[in-house]
Amino acid sequence: MEVGKTLWLIILIKLAIIFLILRVFFFRPELSRYDTDAEKAEHVIENLTKQP
Amino acid sequence: MLLTSSLADASRLQFALTAMYHWLFVPLTLGLGILIAIFETKYYRCGDESWKKLTRFWSRIFAINFACGVATGIILEFEFGTNWSNYSWFVGDIFGAPLAIEGIFAFFLESTFFAVMYFGWDKVSKGFHLLSTWLTAIGANLSAYWILTANGWMQNPVGVEFNPLTARNEMVDFWSIVFSPTTLSKFSHSVMSGFLVAAIVVIAISCWYLKKQRNREFSLRSIKYATVFGLFAIFMLMVTGHTSAVTVTRTQPMKLAAMEGLYRGENGTPFVGFAVLNPKKTYDNDENPYLFNISFPKVLSFIANGDFNSFVPGISDIIEGGYKYKDANGEEKTALSFQEKVDRGNMARRALSLYAQYKDDPDTAKRNQILSQAKVYLDENFEYFGYGYLKNPEDSIPNVPVTFYSFRIMVMLGGYFILFLIVCWWLMKKKILEKKKWFIFFAILSVPLVYICAEAGWVVAEVGRQPWTIQDLLPIGASVSGVSSSNVWTTFIIFAVLFTTLLIAELKIAFNQIKKGPDGIKWN
Ligand code: HEM
Repeated sequence: MEVGKTLWLIILIKLAIIFLILRVFFFRPELSRYDTDAEKAEHVIENLTKQP
Repeated sequence: MLLTSSLADASRLQFALTAMYHWLFVPLTLGLGILIAIFETKYYRCGDESWKKLTRFWSRIFAINFACGVATGIILEFEFGTNWSNYSWFVGDIFGAPLAIEGIFAFFLESTFFAVMYFGWDKVSKGFHLLSTWLTAIGANLSAYWILTANGWMQNPVGVEFNPLTARNEMVDFWSIVFSPTTLSKFSHSVMSGFLVAAIVVIAISCWYLKKQRNREFSLRSIKYATVFGLFAIFMLMVTGHTSAVTVTRTQPMKLAAMEGLYRGENGTPFVGFAVLNPKKTYDNDENPYLFNISFPKVLSFIANGDFNSFVPGISDIIEGGYKYKDANGEEKTALSFQEKVDRGNMARRALSLYAQYKDDPDTAKRNQILSQAKVYLDENFEYFGYGYLKNPEDSIPNVPVTFYSFRIMVMLGGYFILFLIVCWWLMKKKILEKKKWFIFFAILSVPLVYICAEAGWVVAEVGRQPWTIQDLLPIGASVSGVSSSNVWTTFIIFAVLFTTLLIAELKIAFNQIKKGPDGIKWN
């Protein structure tokens, strides 16, 4: 296969793994379960203040 | 939620793996882009087809590295959101802005012009092609600038104000963040390390051709330019390495002490050229820190403060405090002890708790009174906020052997590269390089060495700043999310497999192209 095509294939497979597998199944931002910024702030403040 | 240290360890191991793999691809992109742009400028000026062939061959090596490396950095950004959510929230817009600008550079400027650079030969005008090559190279370096702005801020958090109602840092001075001394020294040093990597790779591949007695003119010309480029890079690495050390002295004295294995400073502190560390040494015993050492009297004081007789604090001094130092603004201060910093960190944390507790209190007068009092406490003590999470003095000390030996590996290899490049330049001048088989051996050996050197630099910078994700403001343990550590291990394994596959792919394709050489490739 010509190098240009191989490189495109590498880029596409990599982006697919990164965005379709890793992002969707493993890398959900923790704070995305909260709808508002106020809820996110509350969660973080709780973590920051309650730790021993 | 209480966050376990095993989760923190898994998360940091994962981050280290991703960052180190990412950095295997980045430096060559930074340096080779510029070198190719210089080659193409020669072609544009003189129109000689052999310059075009040279440019196209090295562009192909650049493209292979670029394709394998591009987007590997995105995973680091995912990790921030998933594994380091407290940290990501706490940094507020400081990270968002530079990373957004980085995204624009990386994806639009760099990738668009890269496409023209790679596919546009004979399709666009010579001038536009040259412009695209320069913009690809400059775009890659500029996008590095924004990433390093974010990293520099974590090492030296300037230009922000903490908002206790949202627990976020808000940017109050964009320019002081963008031009902080830490960012500037990091950028110049990292980019120069990329230049050196590129010079060494070009010299090594060209030497391999000379060994195989092929592509002679092409190789000698490539070596000539790469040697000058490399000599420039190594000279600048020494200069920027020195400014980095000065910045570290001002902003991260514990990192400097760990780099030197220094426990007790003195007026006129020696610089340790090489030493074997004593594993029994701790900050609170009287063991000699070194089993063996070769030191240069007073040199560390001079490097750090420009004064042979100045005081450089060691690890035990920093924990005990009480010595005089100049802060980042050049103001003289007395250092606090570890315990005093912890007390002030606890006050800042308590003030934050008061905010959380009373910010919605219906009694306006009481609320205002408590919040204004809390604000005073917070403002006075926020610079030590992170110490409120540390329990023992040991918690504030990075891994000394890893930092110490990595620093020596980087600097000693830096010395080796000075010698290597001077010898290369001399052999070229005498026109005897091709005959020196031993030099060709060293040239090829230098490729793994230059990557080890660049990785060691990052190990110094990142291990040396532990336990902080944000210097003095947030330690590792308070930065991680509440994700399960098995999740982190799963992704760790996926990354290890993905990145190793990419690396093997890159090496396989690159070796294949190198074997074909500039004459064996069919340029459509
Ligand atoms: C020759 C003398 C050198 C000195 C005095 C020096 C000094 C330093 C210092 C003090 C740091 C830590 C900066 C920080 O934590 O903020 C550092 C980091 C680093 N060094 Fe070096 N270095 C030298 C050579 C090299 C060479 C030859 C390379 C690469 C080929 C290199 C690559 C790096 C990298 C990639 C980093 C991490 C990025 C950064 O923090 O700037 N260094 N160096």
